[in-house]
Amino acid sequence: MTHSCLAELVGVRKRFGNVVALDGFDLQVRPGELLAVLGPNGAGKSTAISLLLGLRQPDAGTARLFGLPPGQVEARRRIGVMMQEAALAAELRVREHIELVASYYPEPLATDEVLARTNLTSLANRPYGKLSGGQKRLAQFAVALCGRPSLLFLDEPTVGLDVQARATMWAALRQLVGDGCSIVLTTHYLEEAEALADRVVVIARGKMVASATVGEMRAIVSRKRVSCSTSLAPELVAAWPGVQSVNRDRGRLEITTSDSDTLVKRLVNADSGFEGLEVRSAGLAEAFTELTQEVAS
Amino acid sequence: MSATTLPMQNSIAAVSQMSSARVWRAYATEVKYECLRALRAPAFSIPFLSLPIALYILFGVLLAGSMSHGDATVARIMFVNWSVFGVMGPGMFGFGMFVASEREQGLLTLKRALPMPEGASLLAKMVMAMLFAALVMMTLIIAALVIGHPRLTLPQYAGIALLDIVGSLPFCAIGLFIGTRASAKAAPAFANLAYLPFMHLGGLFYPLPKSVQPLEFISPAFYLDKLCLRLVGAPNMDGLAGVIGPSAHAGPVLCLAVLAGVTVLFATLAVRRLARVG
Repeated sequence: MTHSCLAELVGVRKRFGNVVALDGFDLQVRPGELLAVLGPNGAGKSTAISLLLGLRQPDAGTARLFGLPPGQVEARRRIGVMMQEAALAAELRVREHIELVASYYPEPLATDEVLARTNLTSLANRPYGKLSGGQKRLAQFAVALCGRPSLLFLDEPTVGLDVQARATMWAALRQLVGDGCSIVLTTHYLEEAEALADRVVVIARGKMVASATVGEMRAIVSRKRVSCSTSLAPELVAAWPGVQSVNRDRGRLEITTSDSDTLVKRLVNADSGFEGLEVRSAGLAEAFTELTQEVAS
Repeated sequence: MSATTLPMQNSIAAVSQMSSARVWRAYATEVKYECLRALRAPAFSIPFLSLPIALYILFGVLLAGSMSHGDATVARIMFVNWSVFGVMGPGMFGFGMFVASEREQGLLTLKRALPMPEGASLLAKMVMAMLFAALVMMTLIIAALVIGHPRLTLPQYAGIALLDIVGSLPFCAIGLFIGTRASAKAAPAFANLAYLPFMHLGGLFYPLPKSVQPLEFISPAFYLDKLCLRLVGAPNMDGLAGVIGPSAHAGPVLCLAVLAGVTVLFATLAVRRLARVG
């Protein structure tokens, strides 16, 4: 490990009974980046994060956090953690939870600052058990960032949040990255990764299948989405070369193709009356689907 | 470890240092919020704070006092036995219920990932259980002083309180062991499976027949009761009834050794399991 890497997994293997969760897996987290870890359910995301947090030990390979074994308290004093499955004590108030976890760190943020950053000031004295689902997620987020971490692990942080709460969390995440904090984010919301991440890692069946910026990830897949209003039958268009799928939606055809130029030329020849043409590159969702389907097949 | 890792390790170790004062403050904060949490949980605090005093007055003072025509020895035995009963519950159920629910809700796993000082969560729960034991003892002693039953000296009251508070540790360890293995819903049931036999086999409520007396050896309550009764110079229920079985010969050294052994055994098993599977 060098200075350019805050946390890393090198050649990690982890097995649970007959299930291989990670198989020769490598991952590096660089300073100041927001790294989104994507993958279908059971791909190995949570296992990878638990190894980095020292909650599990790899069967083979190495896990390092700030150059130290992840379980070491000096390494953990530089991180913040928000887990999807972890509920805080129902009887304690939001402010008390922040004060408790802040006491574990050498130089924590002031409690009022944490409350302000997470939009929880008005709920500071409410017991955690009386918060709504979204408010509980924000309280967990507040607990994660109260120690002024250099590296923040967030597991599905915006699940169950309404639009406003999600915007609050996104703004706080951008501010943290702006302040130099690195973030490892696992999420099922691909638009979240697309909006926030500097780099995306895709895991499938315990292996890393891609590691790239969002732009590079889009370029990995060559597919384009073509949409237009036309009288042509979907079955006819589906038989054209390069066309991968066709759907009719409210009078418009949604076509996925590997060769949009040829497709558009054929559309012009076959139906001169077509209108409302839209051609766009595949998004992260398409890239993710293609990458993970490749591994599955 | 490669040569390039050393600068980062050194710099991280430097920025991650915490003064001893801050570490102690973290332990104290954990204890403070664990106690607050237990006091704010009515399903835990109300029964364990009110039952011992209520049952002691009803059965220990009114019923036993009337049946024994105010016998001083019976009064001493009643006070000691109900005090042992009072400190068993917070340890067994406090640890059992809270650890099981924290484990199930992922809170223990989160705390393992966070830089919580080593053992702070368990230490806090231990202090919480001992605080509850102290509150139970305080209510019983105040009641005894007000009622004038039994007539013990203040050092005797203090000695029993101290023994009972420290003596709650084996019950904490057993509760912790249950909490690391049972689900949150099952933990109270499993705690009861140990709690009820411990009370009855401990000889807290009635003398046991000679043939059943060997079973007293499996109850930590029996040993704690013997130690406390020794402080006030009273026999246990078996001795009062003149049923002299093998357990009558359990001396203070054996009692202390068993209580310490139970604490170490169950705490070790539980801590090892927590470290392994969370």
